[in-house]
Amino acid sequence: MINHRALRHRYLVILVAILCISFGSIFNQEPTFGQSSGSKNVIVAMTTSIEDSGLLDDLVPAIEKKTGYRLKKVAVGTGQALALAEKGEVDALFVNSPKAERKVLEGGAVINRHLVMHNDFVIVGPDADKAKIRGKKNAVEAFSLIAKNQALFVSRGDDSGTNKLEKDLWKQANVTPSGTWYQQTGSGMAETLQVANQKLGYTLADRATYIFQQKNLSLPVLVQGDKKLLNLYHVMEVNSKKYPRVNSAGAKAFINFVLSPEGQTIIAAHGKKEFKQPLFYVDAGKTEKDYGF
Amino acid sequence: MNTIIEGAFKAFELLTSGDSDVFQVMTMTLFVSGTATAISVLLGLPLGLWLALVDFIGKQTLTSLINFGMGLPPVVVGLFVSMFLWRSGPLGNLDLIYTPIAMIVAQTIIAFPIVTGFSFAAIISINPKLRWRLLSMGATQWQANWLLIKEARLGLMAAIMAGFGRVISEVGASMMVGGNIKGQTRVLTTAIVTEVGKGNYDVAMAIAYILLIITYTVIVLLTILQHDKKIL
Repeated sequence: MINHRALRHRYLVILVAILCISFGSIFNQEPTFGQSSGSKNVIVAMTTSIEDSGLLDDLVPAIEKKTGYRLKKVAVGTGQALALAEKGEVDALFVNSPKAERKVLEGGAVINRHLVMHNDFVIVGPDADKAKIRGKKNAVEAFSLIAKNQALFVSRGDDSGTNKLEKDLWKQANVTPSGTWYQQTGSGMAETLQVANQKLGYTLADRATYIFQQKNLSLPVLVQGDKKLLNLYHVMEVNSKKYPRVNSAGAKAFINFVLSPEGQTIIAAHGKKEFKQPLFYVDAGKTEKDYGF
Repeated sequence: MNTIIEGAFKAFELLTSGDSDVFQVMTMTLFVSGTATAISVLLGLPLGLWLALVDFIGKQTLTSLINFGMGLPPVVVGLFVSMFLWRSGPLGNLDLIYTPIAMIVAQTIIAFPIVTGFSFAAIISINPKLRWRLLSMGATQWQANWLLIKEARLGLMAAIMAGFGRVISEVGASMMVGGNIKGQTRVLTTAIVTEVGKGNYDVAMAIAYILLIITYTVIVLLTILQHDKKIL
C-alpha cells in the first residue's frame, strides 16, 4: 500500500511537471501574453486563401522585424473580415472582394485602401465535363451551361470573396441557383474543392488555393482567362476616427510594408520555389481602374 | 489509406526531430486545456460535493442546469465568449480576444459543468448511509466529507478525465476566441484544420496522431492516479 501511494505520487509529479513545462515555455515565447491590441499588436483580418497559400508565413517575420509590431492574423472569409472591420474589431484588412470593400469604404469604416496584388479565379470541374464548358472564354456562359445541364455545382456559400463573385456570375447568367444540382458547403476554399472533388462537381476557385490543393484533386481547370475572373487583393486600415481602439499606427505600418519594394518582392517570389510559378502578381501603385473597373 | 500510414511516420518524424513549431503547438495545447481543466476541477469538485451533500431549495433546478451544461456545444460557448471579449463587447477593455486566456475562459466554461456533474454523480452514488455511519461513529463533518471524497475517488478522477478529454479535443470555441494565430493561439485541433485548409493531409494526420498520443499519455497518468496500482 505504501509503495502504491509513493508510485501514485510519482505520477502526480509527472503530471504537474508536464503542466509546468508548458507554462514555462508559453511564458518564454509570449512576452506580450494576455493582450491583443496593445500598441505593439496589430490584428489583421484576411481571407483564408492568404492563410492557406502560406503567403503571410513569408511576410510576417519580415514585417515584425522591420516595424517592431506583432502581427495577429485572423483568417476568415472576406464577408466576415468586412463585418469585423465594421465593428472595429480588427486594425487592418487584407481581402479580395472589391465590390463589397467599396461599400464598406463608402460607409467610412475603413480608409487608406490600396491594391496589393492579384491572381485569378478558375472554374474547375470533372474531367468528363457533362456541361461541356471546357475551353470556354466566357465565365457567365460557362455558368449558364452548368445550370442548363443541371450539373452538380459546389458553392462555398460562406459569403467570402469567392462566393460573392460566384453569386455575381449567377446573376449575370440570369440563373437563381437552386435544386439538388446546387450545393453549398459553408466552408473554406480548400474544403469546398475537396467536396467538389469527391462528388465530381464543378466549382469556382482562386488559383492560389487550387494550385496548393492540386496534389489532392482530380479536377482539371476548365475555364480561365475571362477578365471577370480577375482576383484583386486590397489592404485597408480600419478607421480609428470611428473606432478609437483601433491601432492606426500599427495598421499603417502593415500596409506600408506590404506595398514597399521589400514586401512586394516577397509576394512576387512566393510559391515560385514550391510550384514553379508565382501564386500572386504584385500591383503596388496600381488601382482597380488599371484593370478597367 | 496511404495518408493514414504516412501520417504516422510524419508524426514520428515531427516528434523526434524536435520541430519547434510542433513543440510550440503541443505546449500551447497542454497549457490551455490543462489550465482550463485545473480551474474546472477547483470550481467543479467542491460544487459537485456541495450539491450531493447539502439539501436546499432550488437544488433540483441547479442540478438540471449543470446537467444541461454538460452538453453545451463548444461553438455556442465560443460565440458567446467572443461577443463578451470583442472590443465592442462588455469586456472589450480587457484586450483578451485572440489570446490564450480567452481560450482558457471558453474551455473552462465547457469543462466546468462536466466536472461538476460527474463529481455530483460520483458522490451521490455512494451508499448514503455511509455518511451517517461516519458521523455517528464520531467523525466531524469535515472528516466525513473527506472520507466520502476518498471513497468516491474513482468517480471523481473520471470527472477530471471527462473534462480534460472534452476540452483538448475541442475545436470550434478555440478557433473563434483564439483566432488560430500561428505561434500565439494555435493548438493541435486548430492546427489540423489549418493543415487541411492547405491541403497537407499528411501533416494533418501527423498532428492528429500527436494529439492522440498526448491525450492518451495524460489519461494514462490520470488512470494510474485513479487506481492504486500500476496498470501498464
